[in-house]
Formats: sequence, C-alpha cells, structure tokens
Amino acid sequence: MRSAIARVAAALGVPERSVRDRRAAELVVETDAVALPALADSVSTGLDGRLASLFACDEREASGRFRLHHVWSLPGLRTFLDITAPIDPAEPSYPSIAAKHPAANWFEREVMDFFGLAPAGHPNPSRVALHDDWPDGAWALRKDFPHDRAVPRTPGDFHPFRPVTGEGVFQIPVGPVHAGVIEPGHFRFGVAGEPVLYLQLRLFYVHKGIEKRFERLPWRHGLFLAESLSGDTAVGHALAYAHAVERLAGAIVPPRAQALRVALVELERIYNHTADIGALATDVAFTVPAARAQALREGILRLNDELFGTRMLRGTIAIGGVKRDLSPQGCERLGARLRAFEREFDDLITQLIDAGTFTDRVDGTGILSNQAARDLGIVGMAARASGVDADLRRDHVYDAYEGLRFEVPVEKGGDVRARLMIRAREVEQSLLILHQVLDAMPDTPLLAPLPERLPASSSALGWVEAWRGPCTHWIATDQRGELTRVKVTDPSFFNWPGLAHVVPGNIVPDFPVINKSFNLSYSGNDR
Amino acid sequence: MFRIISTSLRTGILTEARPFDVHPSFGFPVIDFNRCTACGECARACPTGAIETRTAEPEVKTLSLSYAACIQCRECVSCCPEQAVSVSHDVDVAAYTREQLAQTASFTVDQATGRATFKELVAGPGLSLSDSAARLRERIHGRLGRSLHVRQVDAGSCNGCEAEIAATANPLYDLERFGIHLVASPRHADLLLVTGPVTRNMEIALRRTYEATPEPRIVVAVGACGSSGGIFGEGTYAAIGGVDRVLPVDVYIPGCPPRPQAILNGLLVAMGVRAARVGPAPVNG
Repeated sequence: MRSAIARVAAALGVPERSVRDRRAAELVVETDAVALPALADSVSTGLDGRLASLFACDEREASGRFRLHHVWSLPGLRTFLDITAPIDPAEPSYPSIAAKHPAANWFEREVMDFFGLAPAGHPNPSRVALHDDWPDGAWALRKDFPHDRAVPRTPGDFHPFRPVTGEGVFQIPVGPVHAGVIEPGHFRFGVAGEPVLYLQLRLFYVHKGIEKRFERLPWRHGLFLAESLSGDTAVGHALAYAHAVERLAGAIVPPRAQALRVALVELERIYNHTADIGALATDVAFTVPAARAQALREGILRLNDELFGTRMLRGTIAIGGVKRDLSPQGCERLGARLRAFEREFDDLITQLIDAGTFTDRVDGTGILSNQAARDLGIVGMAARASGVDADLRRDHVYDAYEGLRFEVPVEKGGDVRARLMIRAREVEQSLLILHQVLDAMPDTPLLAPLPERLPASSSALGWVEAWRGPCTHWIATDQRGELTRVKVTDPSFFNWPGLAHVVPGNIVPDFPVINKSFNLSYSGNDR
Repeated sequence: MFRIISTSLRTGILTEARPFDVHPSFGFPVIDFNRCTACGECARACPTGAIETRTAEPEVKTLSLSYAACIQCRECVSCCPEQAVSVSHDVDVAAYTREQLAQTASFTVDQATGRATFKELVAGPGLSLSDSAARLRERIHGRLGRSLHVRQVDAGSCNGCEAEIAATANPLYDLERFGIHLVASPRHADLLLVTGPVTRNMEIALRRTYEATPEPRIVVAVGACGSSGGIFGEGTYAAIGGVDRVLPVDVYIPGCPPRPQAILNGLLVAMGVRAARVGPAPVNG
C-alpha cells in the first residue's frame, strides 16, 4: 500500500501525507473543489484511472458543508481512489470535469438534480434525472427534503427535444410504454427515412427514490433494497452492498461463503447472457435458436431454484457471507448440469453464427469504436466488446476470485456481433470458474460475525463485476452508525450514453437488436 | 436448414402439460399460530412491514401477515424463536383485493407472565373471494371467452417481474396455449398486467395506457411492489406505491417476483378459469 500511496501522490503532485489509506484498496485525497479538474486530469493520464462514480453528500448537519466525491478505479495499483472536496452551501457550485471526462456528464447533472449543486463549465448543464414536471428548487437527496414529500407537478409536460428540419426528415417517438415486455423509457429518433440521424434518451421513468430509501432502512434491511435495484442483477447489487458493509464493519467473510458467492454471481452471468443471446435471435426473427436459448435459460433458473430455493437468486447473499449452502450432492448435481448446459450452449452459438441470415444483421451493426468506448467511459461487457480490457474480478480482486484461473475475453469489433461473442466467451469462462469452485469447496462456516452497530461516521466502497459490468455501492454512516448515504452506481448509468452514440447511422429496424446487444437496465439506471 | 430441423426434431416438445402441478421448494411463509406467541421478532425482521403486531388492549394482541407485501426473503422463518414460521410449497396465490391477501390472528395476553397465546383468526374486511369472483364475472359478461389479450405495463418495477412474465411465454410454460397472447398496444388489449411500485414518473403514462384500453378493461397487479409498494414503500417522493393507488385493480398476483406459473395462474383467475386462492391455508382456518 505504501508504494501505491507514493505513486498516487507523485502522479497528483500532492504530498504523500495528504493521500490517506482509508482501508485496503481504498485511498482518499481531500482537496478543495477548485483543484478537482486538475486532479481528474492527473488521475486519468498519470494513473490510467477510470471514473467509477461521482456523487455528493449532504453533510450540512455535521460540518455545515456539502461534499463531492470523485471515485476512480486505478487498475494498475489495484486500488480505488476517492478524491473529495467540501462545497459551501452559500455558493452551491463546483468546477465540472465533464468536458474532458465525458463519463462524468450524467453524474454531474444528477448531482445538480438531487442536491442543487451546479457543475460550473458543464457543456450541457440540463436535467438528466428530473422530469419536466418536477419544480425547480426541490432537491430530493438533501437532508431537509422529507422522504415522503408530495411534490406538485408543474404544468406543461413537453420535453424540448432537439428539432429536426428538412424535407423527409422527421421524429419517431417511442415509449415510455414499449411494445414488448420491457422496462419503460422514452426514445426520440430523428430520422431521414430509414437511417437514424440521432437518438435522444429520456429515462428515469422508474426512479423509485432508492438512495433516499436506503437512508431510512436499518442497514441489515438495506440488503433487500439492493437486491431489488435491478431484478436481473440481484446477486451483483446485493453482493456489492454486502461488500461495502463488511468493509465498513471489518468483517472477514469465511472462504466457503466467498466461494459460493463466486458461484452465485457466475450463475447470474450465465442465465442473463443466455437470455440476451436468445433475445438477439428474437430481434432478427430467428425463432429456433431464440426458443432454444429461452429453454436453456429456464433450465438454469430451475437449477437455481432446486439448489438455492430461488429462481433469480434473490435471498442468497447475506451480509457477512451467504444464506444458502450447497451440499456435496448439490455440487455434483450443479457440475453435471453445467456440463450438459455447455454442450447445448456451444451448439446454440454455432447455430447462430453459421446462419448467414443472422450474421448479416449483426455484423457491422451498432459499432462502438474503441476510442468512443474509452472517451465515454463505457464499462463492463460492452466495453470489453470494444477492446477495453477491464474487469473488476481481475483488476480489483474480491471474494474467491484471487485463486481462480480465468481469462477476461476482449473483442475488437465493437458491433452487435462482438457483444454477442463476448457473452458467449464469458459464459465459457464462467463455466470454467464454476467447475474450479465446485471442485475445491472449502469447509468453513457460511457467515462472519457482525457487530450490532456499524462504526459511526465512516464510509466504505463495495464493488462487484456483475454480468453487465461494475456495480458499486458507497455507503456512509452517521454518528449512530445508521446509514446516512448510499450511492449506487449501476453499469447502465455509464453505458446509456454509449447506446445513444452508436445508433446514428444505423437504420431504424436495427435499433432493437443494437439496444438488446447492450441490454441496459432502466431500473438500475433510474433507481 | 437441415441442421435446424434435425435439432428441433431431436429436442421434441418441451412444453409442460401440467405447469400447476409443480410445487417448488419455497413458496410463501406460513405461520403456525398455535405455536406463535406474537413476540414480534418476525415483524422486526420483516423488511417490508408485511408482518405487523399490535397491542390493541393490554390483554389482546394481534399479529397480521400480508402476502401482498411479502418479498419471500425468509427472514421471518429463520428468526422465529418458536419455529412457528415455515415455508410452504404454495405459489399459485392470487386474490381480488389487498385485504384478501392478509390474515390477522388475535392473541390473549396473560397479565401475570406476559405470554400471549393464540385465540382466533380475525375476519378481514371487504368482500369474500366468491363475492369478488362473481363481481368480476359480471363485469366481464362472458365477453372474454377463452381468449385474453394482455398488455404489460412496467410502472416502476425492478425488472424482476418482467423477467418472469417474459418466462411465461417460453417454450416450457407457453402461455399462448391457454389462449393468452401478449400484445404490443393497449388498444388491442383486454387486460393490463401492471408491475410496480407505480412511480411518480410513470403515473401519467399508466393512466393514459389505461384510458387507451377498451372496456371492460381488467387490471392485474403483479408482484409485491405492484400489490403493495413492496420494499420501495408507498407515498414517497418518487414511489406512489401499489397499482391500486392509481387504478382499480381486479386481481393481485403477489410474490417477489411471482414465479411464471403463479403469473399464469393469476391470469387464469382473471379469466374465471381457475379459482383464486389467498395463500397457504392457515391453521384452524
């Protein structure tokens, strides 16, 4: 850790004593808001840092200030870096970094929407989370905003979409209620006939006030809220939350629980990747592999149900460990079923990529270039499909991943085909991981002892590379050890702007398949 | 092409003839009130307030359990000092009102020891299942026959319910064989299958979707959140709560998320094909 501190201090040009070691793999630098842009530049160029989250806290009661956090992932040093600055309520503003670091774009606008802190110099300082009928001056995540305030709607509900002009050029509005069984959001296409000129997104229809809700729940109950952040990522988010609480409490999770956690998160990856591959087939009307993928996915869900009593793996993660064990027979059964699954899965992929009618639709469709993926700060599977080699399981090791052999697949194409193949290759790696875990299951308890109360006035970060990408939970406690702020970052929040970036230039009928190839969460994004 | 046909022939028919005969290892919790002492451990452990205890008078205590709000987390099962809570294998739960999904037991408190013992089940308010069924039947007037067109509306869900609704259309459950068809527009729909909690930002879209649906439009609320607000609560700045806070609801399908066969069951209850059941049969019920 010593050398990490020295390297961070050198790269940032600050004295070593100002880089604090909050806990393992979590460094903190306190600074003034005015220094944030220069430090962001140094982190990104000097340390190859990637923005992991950006958020505010209302600490006016304790210190009279708001506080802004820039959390960076430093994969080279295997550590996270939290650069934090106080903000004076009398001057509720801070310098934006969004122009140079577009990954900060939505984060800074969200801080403005929920805290009323303005990002000075932001290229587009408009609302991102708040809808048009939300009044000005009502900042829901400030502490003096009651959780149950009924906020009146301001009249007029027309969103100023970017206009289109010219002969034969028009707009297509889609949503929020879509034609399929999917989540709500509004897409506004500007088109010239078939080709899309631009895509504008209007999200946050399913904003449920989850971060505010955390502040009212006992920390043990927060786990269930985390499980419901995004229904298809129940394990990923519950585990990220559990990690944060465990790091805060100093709890060491027993090895068997660490191994089972890996098994659970990889099963979640497998069932979601399989479902997405089927959905890509559905969207190009290739029904046979679509039905086969659905059946394969159902097989995994039933296996989950049989082994853990839950189809979508809810109620498996505990703070301090896991709630469900696997018997030796269960391990054997899971191993055997996964071998059978692998044969079927390989056959499914072959069927898809051997069909010219299928590859015609996915090759070269919705290309996200490596440069764009890096510039926009795209994360997870979608980034790896565009040649960005990043994976928290390897770069910021947790649970049992340390001792496991696996590759992080990277594809170069950045098109729908690449996002399909990255899923296929990740499933292969997940199966490899699962077999290793099942072959060497440690014999220990399932739960670490936990304190009655969490340490007061402290904070910690938890992270997981879930199937879409990194889920991070930053939690902070008040003087009584209760949750006072939980910031959830879902990979979709980084990747929605990527979708809007790749669609122009493609034709309208290819939008569903491009959208599905990202398969972003609305609920995780909107919270 | 030949390989596709041969794969299909080899796979055969996957659709299960009897989806409702499946009894998974975990359904809703059941409280054995004869063992229960209304100590309230389960109420404190419950993250959604599905279990509540009240002390009405010094010598009378009540304990109520609402399946509408239950997220099936099993905390009540593991925390009960009397081992009075167990898991049932029941999942095909559907009812016509929120009240029907709740059961309340009263307890007599011994003033000397403070120990509470089970007295009786308290009849819930509102309509009985058969009265509700008759009302719904009357409203539909046999107009639906054996076909039902369904428009799904996500009014705020975490997407868990959507995943299971989508699963009802997979080859194993195959909802279309029951005459149920998921359609793309509310204008084509007989029934809205709505998940929640209804958010402030989806309220208007949900009302407009309802207005666009032809009469007699049936509304089915899906999931703990659609039935009661679930873990997200009701009446927050962002979440209004259960679907019935915004629209009249005809059938509730609780669960977090409800399994595909529970969703199928609820749709068939709405059609009048299957009988509603409000959860595992209570003790002495």
